[in-house]
Amino acid sequence: MITLQFELVQDGFTLRIDERVDGRVVAIVGPSGSGKTTVLEAIAGLRTPRAGRIAIGDRTLFSSADGIDLPARDRRVGYVPQDALLFPHMSVRRNILYGFHGAVGAGGAAPGNRPPVETVLAMLEIEALGDRPVTALSGGERQRVAVARAIMSGPLLLLLDEPLAAVDVPLRRRIVPSLERVRDELQVPMIYVTHDRGEAAAIADWTLALDAGRVVASGEIDSQ
Amino acid sequence: MTGAAWQITAFTLAVALVATLLMLPIGVWLAWLLARRRFPGRALVETLVSLPLVMPPVATGLILLKILGRRGPIGSLLARSGIDIVFTWKAVVIAMMVMGLPLLVRTARTGFEQVSRRYEDIAETLGATPSRVFFTISLPLAFRSIVAGALLAFSRAIGEFGATIMVAGAIPGRTRTLAVAIFTMTEAGDDHEAMVLLAIAVAIGFAAVIFTNRLIRHDHAAI
Repeated sequence: MITLQFELVQDGFTLRIDERVDGRVVAIVGPSGSGKTTVLEAIAGLRTPRAGRIAIGDRTLFSSADGIDLPARDRRVGYVPQDALLFPHMSVRRNILYGFHGAVGAGGAAPGNRPPVETVLAMLEIEALGDRPVTALSGGERQRVAVARAIMSGPLLLLLDEPLAAVDVPLRRRIVPSLERVRDELQVPMIYVTHDRGEAAAIADWTLALDAGRVVASGEIDSQ
Repeated sequence: MTGAAWQITAFTLAVALVATLLMLPIGVWLAWLLARRRFPGRALVETLVSLPLVMPPVATGLILLKILGRRGPIGSLLARSGIDIVFTWKAVVIAMMVMGLPLLVRTARTGFEQVSRRYEDIAETLGATPSRVFFTISLPLAFRSIVAGALLAFSRAIGEFGATIMVAGAIPGRTRTLAVAIFTMTEAGDDHEAMVLLAIAVAIGFAAVIFTNRLIRHDHAAI
């Protein structure tokens, strides 16, 4: 159960959300500018809501009433932005292991959800990339490396921002199964942002539809 | 090349190197602070750092002489522990640091500003502490600008004249740098020696500028 009850104002745009969502994969859908990325950034701790509460299960990340605002480094939320943002001065391997080292030092956080590196690389089919510079990767490879990097930090929740936006259709068919394996084998809940309802239906079991900073629909996806 | 020219060149390069190395931690920290943090007194820090760029170097030298001299606020304290600053090589180093620091801070600051904050944000979501973000993300991504700034500061240090002559004088074999020696030798009519030193100064300047420009160009291409 993920609690998203907050109000956030940025550049004159107000995002207001008051939902509890429950699913292994929650898809946030909506047109561009509806506030999808802002929701992810608020959960990751990169934007501060004006008021409200954000929690994963009973673990509160933000609560204006209780004066809680965990810094991003203590939230244990793996964020994969739309443009992947791989560190340009590091090899693929060093990118993937960045969070691994970070998580070990971060306030004794247990590495609970962190599988062996080789398993993650195989799951995402990026074993061969190893020591390449990240500047030599294709769009689809960059996304998968960014997912691996987020997983290796031992997150309690994964946030994926349109992971397939920069990828052409044949490659999507290959990446979707990788993401499904991550979902099924790691048992880490995910929030998956997309503007494509078909893509949402394929991977998610809950959808939250946003429009202009408001929730217009929320509920379980019919599994038929 | 005469023994004196060798000695002057070696001394100048050595003190400029020491000044640059001492400047680096302070300069990089100030550059990062000005690029990334808002704090009270920020405008004052910014102004103080840049002041030596716009003031007559001789005036900066006079301020240093008043502060570091035996009756000055810092100089008197050091004199009590038996440390003399003015008219020693240490004064040359300090003059070079004060005059070079603005160039290092300005160049490195631009480097830090060019690093996308989003890389730092992502590193934080991966569990990195602020110091780890600085050392593994911000510093390496701004590295070329920092090196370029250090080279500019080093070049400025080698050419330093006004502040140096005020606070360290022109004692042959002890505090006389390249720039100061060119002046004193020309004044004494020793044109040949002055020309030799001039050629050395030009060569060092050329090398530094070419190297710096290459670094800055690469930096823009990489980010």
